[in-house]
Amino acid sequence: MNNSVEIKNLDLQFGAVKVLQDLNLDIGKGEFLVLLGSSGCGKSTLLNCIAGLLDVTAGQIHINGTNVTWAEPSERGIGMVFQSYALYPQMTVEGNLSFGLKNAKLPKAEIAQRIKHASEILQIEPLLKRKPAALSGGQRQRVAIGRALVRDVDVFLFDEPLSNLDAKLRADLRVEIKRLHQRLENTMIYVTHDQIEAMTLADRIAIMRGGQIMQLGTPDDIYGRPVNKYVAGFIGSPSMNFLDGTIQNGAFKAGDLTVPLAGYDFASGGAVDGPTTLGIRPEHVTTGQLVSDAPIQVDVIVELIEPTGSDKLIDCQVAGHHFRVRMEGQASVSVGQTLRLGIDPARASLFDAATEERL
Amino acid sequence: MVDASPDTLSGPQGPRPRKVLSRRNIFLYGTLFVITVYYALPLYVMIVTSLKGMPEIRLGNVFSPPVEMTFEPWVKAWSEACTGLTCNGLSTGFWNSVRITIPSVILSIMIASVNGYALANWRFKGADVFFTILIFGAFIPYQVMLYPIVIMLREIGLYGSLGGLVLVHTIFGMPILTLLFRNYFTSLPEELFKAARVDGAGFWGIYFRIMVPMSLPIFTVAVILQVTGIWNDFLFGVVYTGPETYPMTVSLNNIVNSTQGVKEYNVNMAATLLTGLVPLSIYFVSGRLFVRGIAAGAVKG
Amino acid sequence: MASERPNQLFRNGSAKIAAIPMIVTALFVFVGGTVWTVVYSFTKSGLLPRLNWVGLDQYERLWATRKWLVAIENLVIYGFCMLVLVFVIGFVLAALLDQKIRFENTVRTIILYPYALSFVVTGLVWQWILNPEFGVESIVRGWGWESFSFDPLYNADIAIYGVLIAGLWQGSGLVMVLMLAGLRGIDQEVWKAARVDGIPTWKTYIFIVIPMMRPVFITTLVLVVTGIVKLYDLIVAQTGGGPGIATEVPAKYVYDMMFQANNLGQGFAASTMMLVTVALIVIPWAILEFGGSKNRG
Repeated sequence: MNNSVEIKNLDLQFGAVKVLQDLNLDIGKGEFLVLLGSSGCGKSTLLNCIAGLLDVTAGQIHINGTNVTWAEPSERGIGMVFQSYALYPQMTVEGNLSFGLKNAKLPKAEIAQRIKHASEILQIEPLLKRKPAALSGGQRQRVAIGRALVRDVDVFLFDEPLSNLDAKLRADLRVEIKRLHQRLENTMIYVTHDQIEAMTLADRIAIMRGGQIMQLGTPDDIYGRPVNKYVAGFIGSPSMNFLDGTIQNGAFKAGDLTVPLAGYDFASGGAVDGPTTLGIRPEHVTTGQLVSDAPIQVDVIVELIEPTGSDKLIDCQVAGHHFRVRMEGQASVSVGQTLRLGIDPARASLFDAATEERL
Repeated sequence: MVDASPDTLSGPQGPRPRKVLSRRNIFLYGTLFVITVYYALPLYVMIVTSLKGMPEIRLGNVFSPPVEMTFEPWVKAWSEACTGLTCNGLSTGFWNSVRITIPSVILSIMIASVNGYALANWRFKGADVFFTILIFGAFIPYQVMLYPIVIMLREIGLYGSLGGLVLVHTIFGMPILTLLFRNYFTSLPEELFKAARVDGAGFWGIYFRIMVPMSLPIFTVAVILQVTGIWNDFLFGVVYTGPETYPMTVSLNNIVNSTQGVKEYNVNMAATLLTGLVPLSIYFVSGRLFVRGIAAGAVKG
Repeated sequence: MASERPNQLFRNGSAKIAAIPMIVTALFVFVGGTVWTVVYSFTKSGLLPRLNWVGLDQYERLWATRKWLVAIENLVIYGFCMLVLVFVIGFVLAALLDQKIRFENTVRTIILYPYALSFVVTGLVWQWILNPEFGVESIVRGWGWESFSFDPLYNADIAIYGVLIAGLWQGSGLVMVLMLAGLRGIDQEVWKAARVDGIPTWKTYIFIVIPMMRPVFITTLVLVVTGIVKLYDLIVAQTGGGPGIATEVPAKYVYDMMFQANNLGQGFAASTMMLVTVALIVIPWAILEFGGSKNRG
């Protein structure tokens, strides 16, 4: 039994609305799994089911080899961190950390020891006597993590823990959570709608949509080999360029553009003729001296430039489709200029036009 | 991942088993049932008593349902019941209350909404001071201001008239209504107001063409609040009006608590119900808005 | 440009005109009226207000009057019981209604409807229900408990509790609604966190939820207390202050002195005492609530 959390044939309905449908998911011991999706995809609902805060309609949930489908949240061996922190506002930080433990009738020395341990790890020792209202957002979230930490459990659940923080703090705490995971080595299930958080933190990402898991894989997998057009468009910023066209005789054709698919790694079999969508990430298009290395070259007219400092984003048209290219920040380029782009089919993705599945 | 999704699961699965008749549910719904009955009982008592004849009342108790239903007490309460000297029933009081309530509601809401709008969007120097006094004024026991207002009304010749009472209701409705409107207008996006100003609309233009059309719910809440409040008033009615102009609550009290003659409990209860009918119908029809009105009345400034 | 700016006094002219009723009410009625009453409470005004000073005479006489002392005693008993019970009942009802029950709207509608009724109607209904000949007492006796006695409208010792029953019936719905709004305003994630922590529901209410509802409790407290001090209509309708003077209250004392006993000075002194009582509650609350430098009235 190497799995920490197992979800078997899970269904959840609110009245007639199916929120989760026949979900199966195994999460290994010490794994950091991120549930990623836009709002309403069922990711938080799934997390609440794992925590036992929602009753499932069908299926089972196992944690550490025990069937906990009917167990109370406090009996499942989980700790949970919430988006709104959900600290008890009238208690000090210490009170927040100890309330659950006192209630479980743990010996005083044990409680003190656990609080000491958790507050050391999270560096919140100076805050122990303060009330949540006197803390900053980042400090509050640290206390909330501490409350999960003192429970001394194997599985941590995070429900969009960084969404209420500003961008800089979010980035800082992201790193801290990653460090925490490296240090504690326990299982973490993390819900977010932020793909950067997902990519940076996860061992594996589960992309959810409509109560189902679209793709489950490592961040590299999901970024490099998205299983369908939705995942491809969802991951990556700026998002992937899509060109609608057809495959004819082993080459992709859209307008005047022809892309021979010799270097493309097909998911199943080889090229089949028919309507197809080609997806290329803006950062996978080469410019400048590197163009000559690329198998396919296209000339475009620069329509718009968005400098972001580190990069320049170029808007143009390829085969009658809106197309974006990421260039280096220092590149000299001007609107109206003709630019030669290099495209490598090995780094592109092909999707069936009808099913939107990866080819 | 071969055959990873077995179709047959063993052990606990699906929702936690729950008994419909769990101890918690029996306790919960049992308690709520008893409480609901307790709260509903007086209304029931009013209705059954008002439909019984006097002999039946003398034989039974307040809760027994009427054996022979009669509407005579209602007729009597409306047009014949005696208040000490006169025997015109509640009808005079009812129409007085109507004539007091309608202008009071319109006037107080007009003044308070414009006032709340001025406070929310056209803050001028000193406005907050007056507003604070106004809100504190809402807490001053009316008894403190009763007599000065008697003098004031006497000076302007409105003491004892319906007009005087309308003025009093307008004054005492002002704190809560102004607060209600000010808070509501403050909650509207300020950009809207700014955009209208940039477009050249003035104080009244913005009020009538933007604020009022956007504020129908709060006007409804205000109307509910005021109609029930004014209809239910007793103190101002008894102080500022005379026997000819008594509102319904005062007439009702005079009828029921008059010491002359035999007590006709059925007529009394019919009269009581009649008086409560207006606010009760508003309450049962408006439901959520009424609740919103009280909640709004309770929010801090 | 600056020279074209209109005079400071006429800036925001319409807004100032719109605020005139508020300014007049605030200054002349609320401030003026209050000051006037307080000033005249130091005079010997009888049938008409007169400025013949008598110092603290009226207050001395007030506190030597049995009717006033009874009124104060009644207010304390009624006020204390009302406060405790209305909060307990209101909160428990709100907590029960917050359990995701069926028929929530129906139950809430029934519990709140008395609040829509006037005190006069409330008083008269309960006068009838508590009538010993036909009401509760006779019914319980009819069940076989012959010696049962509950006649708060005729027994001076317990008369004020009869009024309390009516007052609770009328007012607890309001407290329930306010408490329910407060409960609904609690972050659901706090409940979730408590469940994950394994804290029983009752403990969550007492140690987490109720402390979080402090603002709601304070606002409700101020509303209930000011309501208690104003208690008048209910007494007039239900007992008329009787039996004897058993259910007299300060508000009624004021009215009787001013408009029936032609003793304005006593009325002014008594109403000033009511003002002081309210001020003792409202001012600390206001400082607590709005604190700091802003909004100091």
